[in-house]
Amino acid sequence: MPLLEVKNLGINFGGLRAVNKFDLDIQTGEIVGVIGPNGAGKTTVFNMLSGYYRPTDGTIAFKGRTMNGLRPFQVAQRGIARTFQNIRLFPQISVLDNVRIAFHPRAGYNMLDSILRTPRFKAREAELTGRAMNLLAVFGLEDKAEIKANGLPYGAQRRLEIARAMAVQPDLLLLDEPAAGMNPAEVQQLVELVRFVKEKFDVTVLLIEHQMGLVMNLCERLVVMDFGEIIASGLPQEVRENPKVLEAYLGRGAVA
Amino acid sequence: MNKTKQMVLALVGVVVLYALLKALIVTGIIGPYWQIILNESMIYVIGGLGLSIIYGFTGQFSLGHAAFVGIGAYCAGWFAITFSHYGIWASLGSLVVGMISAGLVGYLIGVPILRLKSDYLGIATLGFNFIVYDGMQNSDKLSSVLGGAQGMTGVPQFQTFEWYFVTAVIVFILVRNLVFSSHGRAFTAIRENETAADVVGISPARTKIMAFTVGCVLAGLGGALYAHNYPYVNPDSFTFLESINYLIIVVLGGMGSMTGTVITAVGWTFLLEVLRMFLSLLGPSFINLRGVLYALILIVVIILRPQGIFGGMEASFLVPRIGRRKSNAAAGS
Repeated sequence: MPLLEVKNLGINFGGLRAVNKFDLDIQTGEIVGVIGPNGAGKTTVFNMLSGYYRPTDGTIAFKGRTMNGLRPFQVAQRGIARTFQNIRLFPQISVLDNVRIAFHPRAGYNMLDSILRTPRFKAREAELTGRAMNLLAVFGLEDKAEIKANGLPYGAQRRLEIARAMAVQPDLLLLDEPAAGMNPAEVQQLVELVRFVKEKFDVTVLLIEHQMGLVMNLCERLVVMDFGEIIASGLPQEVRENPKVLEAYLGRGAVA
Repeated sequence: MNKTKQMVLALVGVVVLYALLKALIVTGIIGPYWQIILNESMIYVIGGLGLSIIYGFTGQFSLGHAAFVGIGAYCAGWFAITFSHYGIWASLGSLVVGMISAGLVGYLIGVPILRLKSDYLGIATLGFNFIVYDGMQNSDKLSSVLGGAQGMTGVPQFQTFEWYFVTAVIVFILVRNLVFSSHGRAFTAIRENETAADVVGISPARTKIMAFTVGCVLAGLGGALYAHNYPYVNPDSFTFLESINYLIIVVLGGMGSMTGTVITAVGWTFLLEVLRMFLSLLGPSFINLRGVLYALILIVVIILRPQGIFGGMEASFLVPRIGRRKSNAAAGS
């Protein structure tokens, strides 16, 4: 059984068909990339997978259970975490709390425990903090734990967003253009980071990307979208040589 | 300095502050009038902390906080009068009644209106304040005890400052504990970025309703104490302008700062009274300048410090120590 099973997914915005007949199976442990020119519908697919948009038709099944109609927080609780193209952190609070917030659904104590500072609160809180610090250490942010998230440099903010996503303890990680705004050296570091995260946390990765260098390097399998539909899929090498893909990226004349 | 020492010092500080105020009251330096104002400042601390949770920490803009203070005052007042033959127990019970009634109404009204964002939510809560005000004006039709437009009289009075001070300190400690917990972090996450909170598994609707209800419970408690501090409870004490006072306390004190809310609540209460006294010395026609002066103070502070006086800051003894543990690489899973 695939980890994620998407069948015939489609969505209309008014009269516009933004995504049409999108099928995708992801097996546990894969790194899959979704590529395509601007406006192809990649982020729209992500938004449907993470519960932001309600698909007009089609089904999404995760670990064999349907995900249709779930709200984003429910999707997260089922084990899908995501990052955003334009980083979305909690800017005015500490790096540590950015991660600790993601433990909230599994905090293991109630409001009464909080306000009365019960032993259960103390024990759980110490554990959450310890786990958050460990995560920060993995992402090289340990010594930044107490500064505000918006005080981090751009690359570190990207790492923090991934760290926060991993605090959700996902089985599937969705990365929306993780290399946006990065220079080639940073992109290389990112490739290594994603590989490392995948191995370390045993997580399956689906990512959207523009930068061909990154996807060719990182992804085991690619899906190419254009005008809301899948125009090609397969191994990176195959996709690169597919005339339809070249046409979508470079225009018709370039292929001939 | 370690945290235990800081906590002890804070506790000593509270006791010293209490002893000082009590001494001033006993020796008559703080007369009966100023004692009522002092009590009132404690009421503003409690209600202000309520709005601080709703707006300062969770970011839900409310222009109707006084309505919940009023609901607390009226329900608590009604209870205390109706069961006054139980003496002190009626008054104690009325505090609980004030909290529950305001909390319940807050929950019921919060479910539909907290779907709205920022300005729209402000307008909805503003509308609710007007509805409650009209309800109070006509409350005598429900029960003659409530007094309608005449106001409610006969609520047993708490003459002692301890009631107000101890309640405010307890509320402050509990709010502090809530803020520095996973629930408090969920509130802040909603304020900082609702979308991001949603994708890490926090239900925005549930969290907002929770924060709003807790904030309204505190407003209700403030209201209940209000009913015991003034012999006369009047609908005009809970108008939209009173909601603005609470908003000023939270915004001027600084969003997301309990320290700021408390200091501003006390400062603002006394500022209004001092202005009233000072201006009336100049002559009866000067009293209307009060509105101009305090609006001016507000404008100047917001220009100089848009984040509020204590925005994003918290007295250090309040902030819990981070339980650091040895990091090892086996994180997360």
